[in-house]
Amino acid sequence: MAEKMKTQWFGNVRGDILAGIVVALALIPEAIAFSIIAGVDPMVGLYSSFSIAVIIAFVGGRPGMISAATGAMALLMVPLVRDHGLQYLLAATILTGVIQIIFGVFKVAKLMKFIPRAVMIGFVNALAILIFMAQVPHFLGINTLTYVFVAITLAIVYIVPRFFTAIPAPLIALVALTAVTIYYGFDMRTVGDLGTITQTLPTFLLPDVPFNLETLMIILPYSLALAVVGLLESLLTANIVDDMTGTSSDKNKESRGQGIANFVNGFFGGMAGCAMIGQSIINVKSGGRGRLSAFVAGTFLMFLIIVLGNVVIQIPMPVLVGIMIMVSIGTFDWSSFSYLKKAPKADAIVMVATVAIVVYTHDLSKGVFAGVLLSAIFFVAKISKIKVEKELQEAARYRVVGQLFFASVDDFLEKFDYEVEGQQVFIDFTDAHIWDDSGVGAVDRVVLKFKENGNGVVITGLDSGSQKLIDQLAIFNNEKAKLPTH
Amino acid sequence: MYNRILLAVDGSDHSVRAANEAVKLAAGSAESQVTIVFVADYDNAKNEVLHSGSSLELDLQRRKKLQPVEETMAAENIPCKVEILHGTPGPAIVEYANKEKFDILVIGSRGLNSLQEMVLGSVSHKVVKRANCPVLIVK
Repeated sequence: MAEKMKTQWFGNVRGDILAGIVVALALIPEAIAFSIIAGVDPMVGLYSSFSIAVIIAFVGGRPGMISAATGAMALLMVPLVRDHGLQYLLAATILTGVIQIIFGVFKVAKLMKFIPRAVMIGFVNALAILIFMAQVPHFLGINTLTYVFVAITLAIVYIVPRFFTAIPAPLIALVALTAVTIYYGFDMRTVGDLGTITQTLPTFLLPDVPFNLETLMIILPYSLALAVVGLLESLLTANIVDDMTGTSSDKNKESRGQGIANFVNGFFGGMAGCAMIGQSIINVKSGGRGRLSAFVAGTFLMFLIIVLGNVVIQIPMPVLVGIMIMVSIGTFDWSSFSYLKKAPKADAIVMVATVAIVVYTHDLSKGVFAGVLLSAIFFVAKISKIKVEKELQEAARYRVVGQLFFASVDDFLEKFDYEVEGQQVFIDFTDAHIWDDSGVGAVDRVVLKFKENGNGVVITGLDSGSQKLIDQLAIFNNEKAKLPTH
Repeated sequence: MYNRILLAVDGSDHSVRAANEAVKLAAGSAESQVTIVFVADYDNAKNEVLHSGSSLELDLQRRKKLQPVEETMAAENIPCKVEILHGTPGPAIVEYANKEKFDILVIGSRGLNSLQEMVLGSVSHKVVKRANCPVLIVK
């Protein structure tokens, strides 16, 4: 155990330190931009990124993954911050942590398998669209110079990496364009116009909210949504890091770790966060594999803020907007368009519905729930198609193919011809399975209806599961049984 | 003779052509063994994980891509094994080839995406420049 921890921390020191520094540099613009999306001071996102990255380094289940303040979480907290203010957000962050720890303890990570692919694809697409939409007010119709700066930023972040990858391109754009703005004294909106930067380490504070039921009822819905969305993105990211590194990870430990990180983070004045897909990919690509890289990323980020706080407030907003547009383009799953053509219709509908509901409600968790529900309904509808084949020879013979359960009983009942009299009716269940009480009830009805007209009924080919249910619940073998009236 | 042959493939038609040449090389010696290497590109990781149900399914999808190449080997009774690496294709192939000390590396000349090749430069070109063993590029 100690040996394993040692390799997870110090098995790749050089790679981890270098990657951690790269990630810290790439995190700065994102942490600031996500704070602005949430409607809080940039310091909240920066503190959050520091706390979460450092804590996750110790308690996370997926070494090499980077967690910090994220867009998905920031988007969820907008109404809470707008209506109730920062202190309620901090309280909600702590509660989010508690919920995620509970999820982790009860191994909710296993439930991930019930979230269909189409919903996950819809989730990332909706996230990308929302991040983009959040940028629109910051560049649309302000002035020409704003458009020019956004365009130059985009040009830098897409062209520079073709030739030079040692420093993250967004940071190059940030530094270069901030310098140009200061030098020429361009009149442009800056980060300082939207909040303040304090060059101090975060301190431990209880959120300044009344500790009563009313507060709980205000923050609980947000905390639940944050907990679910945070775990969803974290576990998706963990799967991506698993694949990139060819290793496996402890998803329940990661869930608990995310919870612990958010819980502590709330007391240190940070907003709820989760794992970041983009930053984790940057980390692995830069050679980060161990826990040390997340730790270095967090501490180096804090160091930079303390040293450079004065400069950070002079960052022009259009540069952040350009970087966020890049993030949203990178988040969007561009193969979705071919997916829509190739995937089964039901999956395509689920994907589009998930995106539509999120964009309409601005709430990722609602889209996910609706998507899961919709695909469950589609699944039931698909599997409830039951076939009853009739072979009329010397006797009435039926062969049932499919799943017999609550959703398929109506179809099942309609398929029989009850007009026959005095015959021997054979019903073959070899290619069918009876799943529940309603299914058994349907068999009862069919058998008793045939018996009413003086037919004999023979049921064959039941598999052991179905046989067991019939033995327990069916009444058709009872001589006195009458057709159920319901 | 070339006993340790490394065949780098990406699942395209070009890799089947490269496989045919690897077969010819391997036929020269009874002891030769072909290692088929495929690199799961970091840049596709998000997309592939998102579009596959589980890591098992993803692994299966990747192995399916290599099936035509494996069949080519099997048809000529050439002993071969498959290695799936994770990374950026060019550097990952070079690192593996240099670490495992192969006698020769066989690679197709053009990958799946011609636009990428135009912008990023070709994988085979990078491999030729940096691999320590002889490289056979198959057109």
